[in-house]
Amino acid sequence: MGTQLLSDSTPSGGASLSSRIVVAFKKGEMDPLGSSLEKSVGRFLNIHAQSIRTRRVYTINAEISKNEADSLAANLFVDPVTECRAKDSDNGFDWIVEVGYKPGVTDPVGKTASSAAREILGSKAEYGIGTATQYLVKGVGREAIDRMVNELLVNPLIENVRVFSREEVHASGIKALHYELGGRAVPQVGVRDLNVSDDELVGISRKGVLSLSLGEMKTIQKHTQSMQFTESRKKIGMPQEFLNKLTDAELEVIAQTQSEHCKHKIFNGNIRYSEDGGQEEEINGLFGTYIKAPTERMLAQYPWILSAFSDNAGIVDFGNGMLIADKAETHNAPSALDPYGGAITGILGVNRDVLGAGLGAKPILNIFGYCFGNPFYSGELKGGILHPSRIRNGVHRGVIDGGNQSGIPLADGFEIFDDRYGFRPLVYCGTIGIMPKSILGRSSYVKKAEPGDAVVMVGGRIGKDGIHGNTFASEALTSNSPVQAVQIGDSITQKVMADFLIEARDLGLYRSITDNGAGGLSSSVGEMAKDTGGCTMDLEKAPLKYSGLEPWEILVSESQERMTLAVEPAKVDELVKLAAKRGVEATVIGEFNGSGMFHVKYGQMTVAYLDMGFLHGGFPKMDMEAQWKTVLHDEPDFKSPEKLDGTLKEMLARLNICSKEYRMRQYDHEVKALSVVKPFVGKDLDTPSDATVSIIRPGSTEGIVVARGMNPYYSDIDTYHMTASVIDEAIRRAVAVGAKLPSNKDIMYALDNFCWNLAAVDSDEGKLKMGQLVRSNRALAEYCEAFGVPCISGKDSMKNVWKLKEKLGDKEIEKVISIPPTLLFSVRAKMEDVSRAVTMDAKKDGDIVYAVGMTYDELGASEYFAYMGEKARGTPYIGNRVPKVDAHRAKETYSALGRAVETGCIASAHTPTIGGLGVAAAQSAFAGGLGMEMDLAKVPYSGQGRDDYIMFSQSNSRFIVTVPPERKREFEDIMKGTVFAEVGRIDGSGMLRVKGLSGAYVIDSDLAMLKDAWKRTLEGV
Amino acid sequence: MADNNKVKVLIPSGYGLNCEEETAFGYRMAGADADIVHINDIIEKPGTMDDYHILALVGGFSDGDHIASGKVHANRLKYRLGEPLQKFIDEGKLIIGVCNGFQAMIKSGILPAVGKDYARQTVTLTYNDSGKFEDRWVHLKSNPKSNCIWTAGIDRLYLPVRHGEGKVRIQDENVLNSITSSGQIALYYSIPESGEIAMEKDYPHNPNGSALGIAGLADPTGRIFGMMPHWEGFMSPYNHPAWTRLKREGTLPREGPGLAIARNGVRYAAERLV
Repeated sequence: MGTQLLSDSTPSGGASLSSRIVVAFKKGEMDPLGSSLEKSVGRFLNIHAQSIRTRRVYTINAEISKNEADSLAANLFVDPVTECRAKDSDNGFDWIVEVGYKPGVTDPVGKTASSAAREILGSKAEYGIGTATQYLVKGVGREAIDRMVNELLVNPLIENVRVFSREEVHASGIKALHYELGGRAVPQVGVRDLNVSDDELVGISRKGVLSLSLGEMKTIQKHTQSMQFTESRKKIGMPQEFLNKLTDAELEVIAQTQSEHCKHKIFNGNIRYSEDGGQEEEINGLFGTYIKAPTERMLAQYPWILSAFSDNAGIVDFGNGMLIADKAETHNAPSALDPYGGAITGILGVNRDVLGAGLGAKPILNIFGYCFGNPFYSGELKGGILHPSRIRNGVHRGVIDGGNQSGIPLADGFEIFDDRYGFRPLVYCGTIGIMPKSILGRSSYVKKAEPGDAVVMVGGRIGKDGIHGNTFASEALTSNSPVQAVQIGDSITQKVMADFLIEARDLGLYRSITDNGAGGLSSSVGEMAKDTGGCTMDLEKAPLKYSGLEPWEILVSESQERMTLAVEPAKVDELVKLAAKRGVEATVIGEFNGSGMFHVKYGQMTVAYLDMGFLHGGFPKMDMEAQWKTVLHDEPDFKSPEKLDGTLKEMLARLNICSKEYRMRQYDHEVKALSVVKPFVGKDLDTPSDATVSIIRPGSTEGIVVARGMNPYYSDIDTYHMTASVIDEAIRRAVAVGAKLPSNKDIMYALDNFCWNLAAVDSDEGKLKMGQLVRSNRALAEYCEAFGVPCISGKDSMKNVWKLKEKLGDKEIEKVISIPPTLLFSVRAKMEDVSRAVTMDAKKDGDIVYAVGMTYDELGASEYFAYMGEKARGTPYIGNRVPKVDAHRAKETYSALGRAVETGCIASAHTPTIGGLGVAAAQSAFAGGLGMEMDLAKVPYSGQGRDDYIMFSQSNSRFIVTVPPERKREFEDIMKGTVFAEVGRIDGSGMLRVKGLSGAYVIDSDLAMLKDAWKRTLEGV
Repeated sequence: MADNNKVKVLIPSGYGLNCEEETAFGYRMAGADADIVHINDIIEKPGTMDDYHILALVGGFSDGDHIASGKVHANRLKYRLGEPLQKFIDEGKLIIGVCNGFQAMIKSGILPAVGKDYARQTVTLTYNDSGKFEDRWVHLKSNPKSNCIWTAGIDRLYLPVRHGEGKVRIQDENVLNSITSSGQIALYYSIPESGEIAMEKDYPHNPNGSALGIAGLADPTGRIFGMMPHWEGFMSPYNHPAWTRLKREGTLPREGPGLAIARNGVRYAAERLV
């Protein structure tokens, strides 16, 4: 890798090698960043500084005169009203902590500043502006400063930090950091000799972070020993030393193409499966058998599915000449190491998936879902992991910046907490895009590169960021995971590129498009080259952020904000010209052809010359074993509390139920003016919707419903019922706002995102985890077919574990911490007329409250059991009666509700999820700013007759519906044949009063007080 | 063929601006022709601006809000389009900026243009007191003493704000006196119950801590105007965050009241400029 020079420049008179401009708030101006840091330092570190103020530092890495520096300060960096230029030594601090990016890490602000400086100085020079933040801390000692730096302020993977005491600053000031990235002057191609022992093969894979198994290494070894391999290389004049050996780049390309991240080996491999020691059966690929096949069987029924599981995103025909592209992704490993960078890259990456679907869809809605450790965790942090609250902060900030800055509204977002995610957070990001069905007479959902088309790279430049990101995602995390696996997204570079691409698309300037994400050019060009059967590419032409990259690094770098296009030769000029006018770089770097070879050069040097057939199909499928063993947990044994007021209040305050509004408000959910049922509804606009509804363009009344289901806790009992439950949850959330089940005209589809916990598939534990995966997939296939809801896109992330080395006596043992098997099931539906949408808030006193669906004593892995267990013994009760789904009955209920929505007789609908009926009733009532009276004896229920069970059971397929009294008959007629009952009334009392089975009130609580408890937990956190 | 009797609205796009489509839709609803043109194409042919009566600077994250929100966008207007902009203003045409567009107008000096100097920054829009970007709906009231043509006839409005840097700070007493005495404060945040102006500390009604509760400012002529809230965020009645409740009460408006802003501009231009 390149050399990094980091030195203090020597300021001299006149023009200097680099200049610093320090910008401070004027005296008396507020400093929100400083104030919020003061609070965080107090809350998380128990350090109470007298004050923390911030300043911004711009370092101009070019020779400029003092006048020029003054002009930049006055016209660009300093706000004349609130800010002033400062000297480092200006008073008011004991310490200065200066934090900037490490060399080579994307500094988006610096990049903007450099081009803005050119405008002001009227020059074309490269200013190489770097930015840093100074924290001026008063009233704490060195030890506190070190803790702030290490535990809150600085991520050493990507940031540089310098700490100065007041004395140091006064004595010698702060010098500008000047850095250059450099490497070998002449890039080189390295040799990888695989004619070695098995042990050495394993060593090569491990040292190179290639994530290739011994079997795979041997397949490659064999390939390099074939005559054909040698002969073909001779023919193109490759040097002798490469004739039966790979180049460094080739091994990287193969590793990347073959990575779990790209190839989904576990989902495509052969499995021998058995349940509870019973007979073994063969499963020929989970993906083909349980995910793709059910959708294929439904295709004939649903003409609106245009593309499922083949493009970067699923594509459906939304009617009136518009298509929807939809995709959800995870970005877990990077978010664990650098939460901000990992998360922003996650959301921008899935935006690009949609931009690369068909001829390119324009993102119109974003979705997030996070699984975190408890943000209030107070135990020891082991193995170099970041505190859960810090991960959470960074992830939120990343997706907030990525989404808001791209002008894409947030349609739905949720958080789930469990300490097992403390080591490995899950960061789901989804995007929905829109495109015309026909563009200049071409169907927009099909695309194909043709031989002779130019390979054009568009967008950001290539740096060392993200090298090995995809192979690394396929690895278990350790504290030694590679630094360069982290990228920082630059939303604005991407937004500018995205606008350009849509413009170019509508002018018909390219023939095919795909995202440059995991695996970089190697992956994007390699995939597109399958259309024509080969390509040539010259890496010397690829624009770089800085010199010093080796060819293999250019090829596999995962630098963000790039797309690859196939452009017919006659249109190359026009495309490149338009790009230049839009401030976007577009560079021809090669040509697609039918040579059968993936041929990469650097100038005259061949960097890679691989057979396309071998690259994409040369490896045997993985063989795995999977075993399911039924687990029996202790059945908790406690009596129902007589009164449930306190229980309900504490349940509402629990992390998985409480309000998440503080964070959610920071996501723009309204740009584009599409949102109809917003993430928050109710009288005070502060209670979460079951699902959201957005129109697809201004002026339209056609909307898209966005809903999801997730409940990893059920996996502790049975991943089959976990899966059935989350499918049902997502569908019934959609139904609650007014969605209809799918038909040949009614659109409803789903996306599946598996996050599993396989450290090694071949271990005993691995087999059991595979067994859980098989059961989950079976449920997915069965319930998708039973509900008739097709999956059109999906993704998996299989290795969400953290390997921790612990000392046991004088021995070091490796401990593996796994996330619970987690499935995000996302449902979307078309709503023909959004004015029919229903929200969850009770609307008016006098309205009738109905409980729809059957309640059972299904409290296995419920929030109530967790709460009672934690209260009694410090750990959750789990139990065994996990909620199940009767799809047949559920479908009847959902169809009937759909008809009721159509007639407009429903005032509100809310589906119980975590926390059950009790929580749902409270939410519906306080959202309406009203009161509710309910009788548990009237709730359709089958069980041992406990008030607490009826209140907190998490049985599926249920709703609380309110109906205006004058429409009672109509509603009941429509619902006939389904399970439902009138259970109470909405009133204006501001109280929730629930009568227990004995006839006495078990809840008689002030709703404002309940709401306050529900709001308080994460307010400001 | 363009209709010569129609009001024409120019909406620059690019560099991270992102409200151009709904804004164009709004002006079309108000009866105008609206064209979205990349700002680089306007810079290349500044004469383009002669064809238009209204310049609408839209919201978004121009240049990522790097350095300060709207700052780089402002510099681009100032350094690359300074002359045609001044001409546009001198010809009595209309300019409106929303959110990021407002920030750019403030930072380039187009607003509040104290003493009709359209190139000197005297006010700023800085970080919200809450220290974060927030998306929430706010109640607004107009200043009856203002000559702003964009808010004329509008008493109250309810619109979303979506920004992290929307707090108005005024350079000094002179500027303050000047904009108050000439009625340049066209729009205030307000407290729904009392109808009073929501002052600096009245969070969340004043969502950012703006001085004097300022939500929108006009130039001395009243033709040039900027506001932080998004009028184009409330064009459909179903954009209202509690529309299902209004529907039940029977108070759902026929169209989103935000459109009143666009209708004002288009009406003025139709009467005086076409």
